[in-house]
Amino acid sequence: MIQEFKSKGKKYLIGLVWLFLLLWPLLGINADGTLTFVKAFSVWLYIVCASMIVVTIYIIHKKGLTLKLTKPLSSARNKIYAYTASMPKPLLFSIIGIIAFLFPFFTERYAQDVAINVLIYICLGLGLNIVVGMAGLLDLGYIAFYGVGAYTYALLNTFYGISFWLSLPIAAGFSGIAGCIVGYPTLRMRGDYLAIVTLGFGEIIRIVFNNWMQLTNGPNGILGIKPPSVIIPNFTNGFSLEYLYLKKLHYLYYVALILAIFTIIVVARLSASRIGRAWEAIREDETAAEMMGVNTFSLKLLAYAAGAVLGGIAGSFFAARMRFVSPESFTFIESAMVLSMVVLGGMGSIPGIILGVIALIALPEVFREFELYRMLAFGASMTLMMLFRPKGIIPSKRMGVRSEEKEE
Amino acid sequence: MKKPILELKNVTSGYNEIQVLKNISIKAFEGEIVAVIGGNGAGKTTMLMTISNIVPVTSGEILYYGEPIHKKPADVLPGIGLCQAPEGRRIFPRLSVEDNLEMGAFLRRDNKKISEDIEYIYQLFPILKDRKKQHGGSLSGGEQQMLAIGRAMMSRPKLLLLDEPSLGLAPLIVLKIFEIIKEINKKGTTVLLVEQNANLSLKIAQRGYVMETGKIIAQDDANALLNNEEIKKAYLGVSD
Repeated sequence: MIQEFKSKGKKYLIGLVWLFLLLWPLLGINADGTLTFVKAFSVWLYIVCASMIVVTIYIIHKKGLTLKLTKPLSSARNKIYAYTASMPKPLLFSIIGIIAFLFPFFTERYAQDVAINVLIYICLGLGLNIVVGMAGLLDLGYIAFYGVGAYTYALLNTFYGISFWLSLPIAAGFSGIAGCIVGYPTLRMRGDYLAIVTLGFGEIIRIVFNNWMQLTNGPNGILGIKPPSVIIPNFTNGFSLEYLYLKKLHYLYYVALILAIFTIIVVARLSASRIGRAWEAIREDETAAEMMGVNTFSLKLLAYAAGAVLGGIAGSFFAARMRFVSPESFTFIESAMVLSMVVLGGMGSIPGIILGVIALIALPEVFREFELYRMLAFGASMTLMMLFRPKGIIPSKRMGVRSEEKEE
Repeated sequence: MKKPILELKNVTSGYNEIQVLKNISIKAFEGEIVAVIGGNGAGKTTMLMTISNIVPVTSGEILYYGEPIHKKPADVLPGIGLCQAPEGRRIFPRLSVEDNLEMGAFLRRDNKKISEDIEYIYQLFPILKDRKKQHGGSLSGGEQQMLAIGRAMMSRPKLLLLDEPSLGLAPLIVLKIFEIIKEINKKGTTVLLVEQNANLSLKIAQRGYVMETGKIIAQDDANALLNNEEIKKAYLGVSD
């Protein structure tokens, strides 16, 4: 055991020194600009203790001393895996659906609020998955289409009083058109260049929202957007139809759930289709795909537009739920968040992305107790996830090992 | 006299200012194997890429069944029976073998015949059947080459363009692949084979062209080229 410590010890010490150098400027700078030592050091000591324990457990585990403990655990896990795999898919889906349906009955406002966020980001993540995961086009300005959807509903509703359900397809259409307009010039580029250009176009759309005072009310945003409504029959005075605005949070939860399920079905159908396979071929080798008869440009544009449409749907729900939109909601950091959800969850895999979204929305909530260090803990957990599951939480089945990765 | 299925008339092409092909004229007749041999940088791959219109033609014309095709976009060519297995395989590494083959039939809508054709490819290359659920990238080099040929065959080409199928493969596997090229040809597919391995490709071909620095420097029956002293010295590694 001592030998094990010795062989790993040097790397471990270097790691600890590096961590301190990283933490010092992160935690040591005071509000008045002075650099202190104590704060960073105390946090560092906690981490040192924690990592010591982890390393000791790891070494004991390597020696096989914990086998008695872990064996029943891992066999239980395998049994659960095998059981869920053998379960017929409709049953699995309906169990998940029932849990999702009953969720508001057992939870508080706070949990429902987080759940609605999760559902919105599932729509966004799956939409971006079409562009990034399936067609392999790195899009850093995706959130702009979310913004287009949100503003379309906000403007249609405040100016013309058009209801949520009617403006949903209009918003989706507008986002799709915006996707085509942005995609048309940018999709001639590949790889890194495409990423930079989409980043630029994303910012352009946000800046337009920010500066077109007459239309969008600029940075002040648009107030007074109506929530989604449903028509219900009213029997009190004979028979009449009445609008019911879904202001309550659990009603909104169901609207979000419907949209998320719609998105999941659309993306699942697309990925199983001919178009989905062509997108994957483009991701793998664009020239070879072209030689096989894939019209790469129009299919790339289609991927871009399809992603934008799903983003636009999520956006108009966002506007209806917040009843307020402003350009601040559509900054680059949002694009980066959605992208990390997709990458973290596993590009191309629907359950993976759903888990990725839950992880990235729920983790910051869990870390609220760490207060100041919340983001630090969040970053650390993201790093760890990528270290241990580089292909995502649930890697896509279609995406296996690339030939060049295998050789390592 | 048979009519040519493919004819390049004084084709010039290249990348930006760099001219690679200089007045290339070749013909391929229906049902034959035509070999184009030449060393590194002779312009063989550029020629195939020009035929597939990945690299645009600067002057001259390419006729397919007498129709000019050099203005047609690359992605319609498999639909009219012209398909390429490109250099370095370029299979889709993270799609399964089966999906790779189905991608080859992307422009076809006759699902029933597609599955028949997949079975035919599996007959030609039984190893692919064993690996059909595996990812393309996890195959060995030879298997990937088989997959690339199979994928191109899935579009039911009348003219199959093969770019260096022997690249980086063990000699035994190369022999096997050339056997299969012969078999494909016997079933009625015309093959335009571009190769550095002059000896083997001239042995299975009916006619051959020799390419050097973007020009055709010799053309003849394959047997005559095999016995030509100069070609022997330059490309067949025979010296006396």
